Amino acid sequence: MTTHSVQFNIQIGDDLTWNVAPLLHEVKHALDNLIKNNETTIIDLRSIPLAPGEEDKILNILGQGEIKAQLYALGQSEIIETQYAGVWIVSHYNDENEIMGRFIEITSMPDILCSQTEDMIEARNHLSESLKEGQNIHESSVEKSA
Amino acid sequence: MNEIDFLNWVRGPGFQIAVIIFVAGIIIRLVEILMLGRKPNLAEAKGSAMRSGLRTIFSRSIPEKSTFKRSTFVIVTGFIFHIGLLITIFFFTPHILLFKDVSGLSWPALPTPIVDAVTVVTIIALFLVLAHRMSNTVLRFLTNYEDILVWLVTILPLITGYFAFHRVGATAPTLLALHILSVELLLVLFPFTKLMHAFTIVLARWYNGAISGYRGVQS
Amino acid sequence: MTDIPEGKDETLGDVLRQRGISRRSFLKFCATTASMMALPPSMIPTIAHALERAKKPSVIWLSFQECTGCTESLTRAHSVTIENLIFDSISLDYHHTLQAASGHAAEEARMAAMEENYGKYLLVVDGSIPLGNPGYSTIAGISNYDMLMETAKGAAAIISVGTCAAYGGIPHAKPNPTGAVSVGEIIKDKPIINVPGCPPIPVVITGVLTHFLTFGTIPELDHIGRPKVFYGQSIHDRCYRRTFYDKGQFAETFDDEGARKGWCLYKLGCKGPTTYNACATTKWNNGTSFPIESGHPCLGCSEPEFWDGGGFYKALSMPTEDISKTVIYTAAGAVAAGVAIGAIQKGRKNSAVASHSKTTIDDLEK
Repeated sequence: MTTHSVQFNIQIGDDLTWNVAPLLHEVKHALDNLIKNNETTIIDLRSIPLAPGEEDKILNILGQGEIKAQLYALGQSEIIETQYAGVWIVSHYNDENEIMGRFIEITSMPDILCSQTEDMIEARNHLSESLKEGQNIHESSVEKSA
Repeated sequence: MNEIDFLNWVRGPGFQIAVIIFVAGIIIRLVEILMLGRKPNLAEAKGSAMRSGLRTIFSRSIPEKSTFKRSTFVIVTGFIFHIGLLITIFFFTPHILLFKDVSGLSWPALPTPIVDAVTVVTIIALFLVLAHRMSNTVLRFLTNYEDILVWLVTILPLITGYFAFHRVGATAPTLLALHILSVELLLVLFPFTKLMHAFTIVLARWYNGAISGYRGVQS
Repeated sequence: MTDIPEGKDETLGDVLRQRGISRRSFLKFCATTASMMALPPSMIPTIAHALERAKKPSVIWLSFQECTGCTESLTRAHSVTIENLIFDSISLDYHHTLQAASGHAAEEARMAAMEENYGKYLLVVDGSIPLGNPGYSTIAGISNYDMLMETAKGAAAIISVGTCAAYGGIPHAKPNPTGAVSVGEIIKDKPIINVPGCPPIPVVITGVLTHFLTFGTIPELDHIGRPKVFYGQSIHDRCYRRTFYDKGQFAETFDDEGARKGWCLYKLGCKGPTTYNACATTKWNNGTSFPIESGHPCLGCSEPEFWDGGGFYKALSMPTEDISKTVIYTAAGAVAAGVAIGAIQKGRKNSAVASHSKTTIDDLEK
């Protein structure tokens, strides 16, 4: 099923975007904090009142930088570094590609991209089991437990 | 009773009761005054009583020079809060909606920030008037409880309105309900206190003007 | 790895591991959960920690005088993955609209869940309870009142979902023919969380459930029992059209210039200034929009008595009664009364004049 975009009869003027500038200032301060104190900040875009089009405006201003990563865990997630190094946009989608949450993370690397200890332990066990059983490593070790 | 119940009551039956008392009180008092009337003056007028009476209704709003010099403070603060009341009551968008709902008439509103500023000025002027009344020995001697009551019911709608607009101090429905309730208190007391001057001033000035317009008998 | 406990004692962490959910997926789940519970992202590690250990609670859902809109709303909240995990991690033991069992089997499931989890289960109620006559609304021959009293006894906490359960809602609206009341008016000895709205925002329902699941506690409530994280701020204070209100730019009708420009809807009856809910930030349909964004004033559905506010399209500053008529009738009556009183006063004046007589020095010296 294709979704059609609904056109609302609302004109978006510049005077609607009253939360965009303060938010970008907050990002700047967070970046200061990251550089000076190595402290990470996460901003939940759902917690801020935004007019129609304002979220797109923020995303457009931040732009697309050097990294774009895709994650497949409980649906898709998209992690992009914006044109401002250290400012990331993390968007989580569910299996139906509906947005579940969108965060601006000011960090050198979003946590969710790092391999997690628990997963690594699981992976190690899995790999050693495969080696023990003498199976063809090339086939089974890459297979993820469903 | 929860806060929305309270709000619904002041917007509904409460307001209705207040309006009935206000309208009935004002009309009965005015009709009574007019019916008692004045003794007919059988002498032929030299000038026009009617014209002079009508003129005086407006001309008395301009203070006479020596009076102004003698009580500058009272006249200035008095003007400020009266004009302030006029602006806050009749030129704030939500109030105009109320008048439109009752009378069908509507007029343009002043920008909200202006009404907001005027409210503050009016509140300050009312406090200054009270401070002056209390610090002046003669005025304090002349002040009775009714004067304080009238002052209180006049300033309460301004203060509650200011808080309701800025949404501080309590939840929004409670603030709005308190504001409407304070106005209802003003309406209920209006016909039975010195607040009645808002209507009787027209009659009093007309009589004064008419008397001086008479200029004795035609010789 | 570790042993996985069976049945009711298993934690959400166990459930996730059983399903082969990776830690990374779990982190994603925690991030969206924090967002759903309106908690700051700094709480994500705490949530992760708590969720891993969260026990699977038994939930009994009772529907009284309601329209099933709240259940409809809730079922819209879970699409296939993330929120599903939440529903997999609670045990919905009774919900007469959603359960497969019917008749005696359904009621037995409720009794069994109550017995097994006495003192620990979560009771969710939607719909108001008629006190006028028990026959107005019954389930399996049991009146709503009796079923609520019976089921509430062993509940750890009650969640009143929807304005009907929380404040009486539409059945409670004047003249309230069934004598409908809210859960809170009947049950006084249990913690009650009100999740009002007609219906409540889906993620607010799941957010409250998740809070209970995650922390095992009741979230902080406001003075009328609503979780502050979702109902802490008014629609007006979080409305993106607020600037137009402050500037005095209003839509006068639904199709004028102001409406097209997205100006404030105060004059069209918006109840946003007196309504506390999360619509302006959480929005509806997975964050698509909310009524004001679609050009319609807020009805104030998450407030008590929202149905009796004098009409959805009457501005908040307008009286709810017909004051024009009141003024006309009062004025007519007052003129008549004034003439009568005036006549009496005039008579008194005339008789006073008539009784005037000469006074001499002698009279005064008496």
